Amino acid sequence: MKKQIKIGNAQAFWGDQPGAAARLVETCPDLDFLTLDYLAEVSLSIMAIQRERDPDAGYARDFLEVVRSLLPVWNAGGTVKVITNAGGLNPPGCAREIRAILDEAGLANRNVGVVTGDDVLELLRSGEPSSFKNTETAEPFDSIRDRLRTANAYIGATPVAEALRAGADIVVTGRVADPSLTVGAAIAAFDWQTDDWDRIAAATVAGHLIECGTQMTGGCSTDWMDVPGQADLGFPIIEMEADGSFVATKAESTGGRVSLQTVKEQLLYEIGDPGRYLSPDATVSFLGLDLEELGKDRIKITGARGGPPPVTYKVSATWHDGFRAEGMLVIVGNNAVAKARRAGEVLIERIERKGFVPDRTAMEVIGSGDVTGGAMGRRTDLVECVLRVAVFSTDRAVADAFAKEVAPLVTSGPQGVTGYTSGRPKVRPVFGYWPCLIDRENVKPRMEIVS
Amino acid sequence: MKSDQQKPVQLGDIAFARSGDKGSSANVAVFAREPEHYPILVEKLTEARVAEFFKTLGPGRVTRYEVPNLLALNFVIDGVLDGGGSRSLRVDSQGKALGQAILELEL
Repeated sequence: MKKQIKIGNAQAFWGDQPGAAARLVETCPDLDFLTLDYLAEVSLSIMAIQRERDPDAGYARDFLEVVRSLLPVWNAGGTVKVITNAGGLNPPGCAREIRAILDEAGLANRNVGVVTGDDVLELLRSGEPSSFKNTETAEPFDSIRDRLRTANAYIGATPVAEALRAGADIVVTGRVADPSLTVGAAIAAFDWQTDDWDRIAAATVAGHLIECGTQMTGGCSTDWMDVPGQADLGFPIIEMEADGSFVATKAESTGGRVSLQTVKEQLLYEIGDPGRYLSPDATVSFLGLDLEELGKDRIKITGARGGPPPVTYKVSATWHDGFRAEGMLVIVGNNAVAKARRAGEVLIERIERKGFVPDRTAMEVIGSGDVTGGAMGRRTDLVECVLRVAVFSTDRAVADAFAKEVAPLVTSGPQGVTGYTSGRPKVRPVFGYWPCLIDRENVKPRMEIVS
Repeated sequence: MKSDQQKPVQLGDIAFARSGDKGSSANVAVFAREPEHYPILVEKLTEARVAEFFKTLGPGRVTRYEVPNLLALNFVIDGVLDGGGSRSLRVDSQGKALGQAILELEL
């Protein structure tokens, strides 16, 4: 058994830097595990649209490029194991493609593990009317049942660890919770019991720290302007010991910074109660965490405390709400803010005169302070600003009408309207997010090695 | 002591911050740069003060969690994202800007 493992992350979201995985392995050749996170709250609804067009789709195809970029590493005998939730709504489909890529590259001896069982759409569709109420708003499930698009339980680390123990070199999952990708690696490498709560908690904290990629290494930092090497921020690396203590770091030759500040910033990113961080693997307290700067770009973290996870899984469901479109125009001139506001009003008035009344609209004059609702103060004395108008309607025709009305403001709006270069706004479907809970016993996570 | 003519102390002079979304809620974490500044945050940065600062964004309940080991306060601000995710029509539908904005709060 290894004394220490190195776990990196090279993908914070679907659309992050595609070359990051190869770069991370190149700059940290002894990396044991590479995690890649592709799923945000509404990513699965986008994958649902793709799968409707093509039953073989429904996963993050970008990940196949990552696999191709790592072929030279594996061909040279590299042993890095890759764990990703790129499988989205179709982990088996994603795994089959990976298998084909490996076979074609002469890597038939490398194994692909696939984790499924997170998809609970049918369970929700056929469930009791009183179940699955929205945990944020307490709205009853029946209000959206007919419009339900996807429903996936955030499952945990156990099937990931099982796949690694079964010899998987690449583990592809659906909606496994982001930190659980890291926890699965640690359980498999150190042979931890899944109720060894403090160690599971430590790995959960580690997974949480790296799941957003360069947000741990200076990206998004309040002091980003002082971060060195911003054009080549290193992706995060965890050096974990068998006792669960770990060091957060990055490859030496990369840019960025791993400091007490950057680690703290990411520790509380998208956190609710820091005394009760809920994951499918454990309930974790951050309140005893102790951070120690060991040296340049090396922060040691100890003191994670854990307990059993909730008896329910959190479910991330999405439902089809309607359609939206948004347009932006640049307005120049000494009276730019006032002109922008009037132009925005005119835009809405023009579609309403044609009978297309949006259910909701938002107008922001970017530059004037609108983006944060005036919390930082308001400016009216700008010489240029950006008008942004967005509309929502359950009727697609309203969003279509709006999209066609933006460009004509160049010739019918105030003097100084410019910047209409990105074409007509795209009308996009809107998916609502529906967080709810499901009893663990009704969800059956499982793993298999793809042959 | 500062005179009335001087610029009031802004939160950003003694703290750094990060924000993100949780459905239609956002969290804003504020960290004291120095240990001696943490009690100032605890005293001045109340739930009511944060709710007031973001009032035009329509926040619901604001919950503050103290995290003394990180010299931090974590605020969960319900309903501040106009629906969040793809439903929110705002440019900052995920609350990315809130952490930057709160640093302008005058103490």
